Amino acid sequence: MMTTKQWSLFKENLGTQNPVFVQVLGICSTLAVTNVLKNTLVMCLGLIFVTALSNLTLSLLRAWIPPRIRMMVEVLVIACLVMLVDIYLKAYAPAISRQLGPYVGLIITNCIIMGRAEAVALTSPPKTALIDGLSSGIGYAYVLLIIAAVRELLGTGGIWGVTLLGGGWQNWTIMVMAPGGFFVLALFIWIVKGWILNPARKAQA
Amino acid sequence: MQQLGFFSILFAAVFTNNILLTNYLGMCSFLGCSRELKTSAGLGGAVVFVMAATSVLNWLVYAFVLVPLDLVYLRFIVFIVVIAAFVQLIELIIERVSETLYTALGVFLPLITVNCAILGASLFMVIREYTFWQAAGYGLGSGLGWALAILAMAGIRQRVTQRGRIPRGLEGPGIALIIAGTMALAFMGFNGMVNLN
Repeated sequence: MMTTKQWSLFKENLGTQNPVFVQVLGICSTLAVTNVLKNTLVMCLGLIFVTALSNLTLSLLRAWIPPRIRMMVEVLVIACLVMLVDIYLKAYAPAISRQLGPYVGLIITNCIIMGRAEAVALTSPPKTALIDGLSSGIGYAYVLLIIAAVRELLGTGGIWGVTLLGGGWQNWTIMVMAPGGFFVLALFIWIVKGWILNPARKAQA
Repeated sequence: MQQLGFFSILFAAVFTNNILLTNYLGMCSFLGCSRELKTSAGLGGAVVFVMAATSVLNWLVYAFVLVPLDLVYLRFIVFIVVIAAFVQLIELIIERVSETLYTALGVFLPLITVNCAILGASLFMVIREYTFWQAAGYGLGSGLGWALAILAMAGIRQRVTQRGRIPRGLEGPGIALIIAGTMALAFMGFNGMVNLN
């Protein structure tokens, strides 16, 4: 189904080239929606949809896109896809759509999507581009979901609205507020970079 | 919602509802370009100008074109096109008019098209149903707030990297996020003075 090269691209996007903690792209929305797990999941699905399809579309169109206006074309394709996500959410999940507010629209300026379009979609055949878009989206999504789970658990004492830490648990309100997002992401990057992706440790093992 | 005037919204957008520290918008260029004070000053200036102008422009387009024609669902595309076109135009004008201004601001302009804070300000303004003057205050205030945040960040970051001993895994973006978190904590001290939303 996938060639070896496509498979290694897929793995890189989840691990060593992860868009969030290695390239540090697209974190605007990473932090803004991660105080509630449910919203994060919706946002992630939207983002995976948009990255995958924008990569595919741009790759199919790449022979006809004049290089000088390519940014404009990329933005327009992405904006159209985001519009679909927005209209869909408004129709089927109005409550979540209201909570996410402007952040659905802000998928347009999410640097991951533009970055993948520039780096991969305009130079690769459609299938590679689709796989790359999909895996970048997933690589982004799982990091977000972990951060959201940590923030919701510590901030409200439960996950997905179900209370897990009962009894004497004192909510860390700071976790669901702005500074909490910064700190959790920083710690996440620290753990991953200093521990899992650290070349010195890998050499020892 | 109580009707806030131009200056209250301006104040709120800079301090209590700072677009970067409470809404996390414009993080990419915030982390990427805050290593040096000079670069961040240039970028900050460009953001103030573009954000103030595009908020007003987008408000006009929204109120006089999109709403009457019932095309509100096209707003994402229209806003981003307005922003991209405006940035391109300004780049051309600055290049002709002033060499020094172009070297100071011009290089940052293309970066700004994809700065989420700019689009975010326009989207917030629509969602919160601002009047014209409120939108103008919000655009200008958010720009100033963003510039203030990136300048403070660059200053702190320069000191920290010169004097501090940073763990290896935290170098670069990691430490920047911790500084941003601390700044966000400090800005929470302004909470309650004026409240948007």
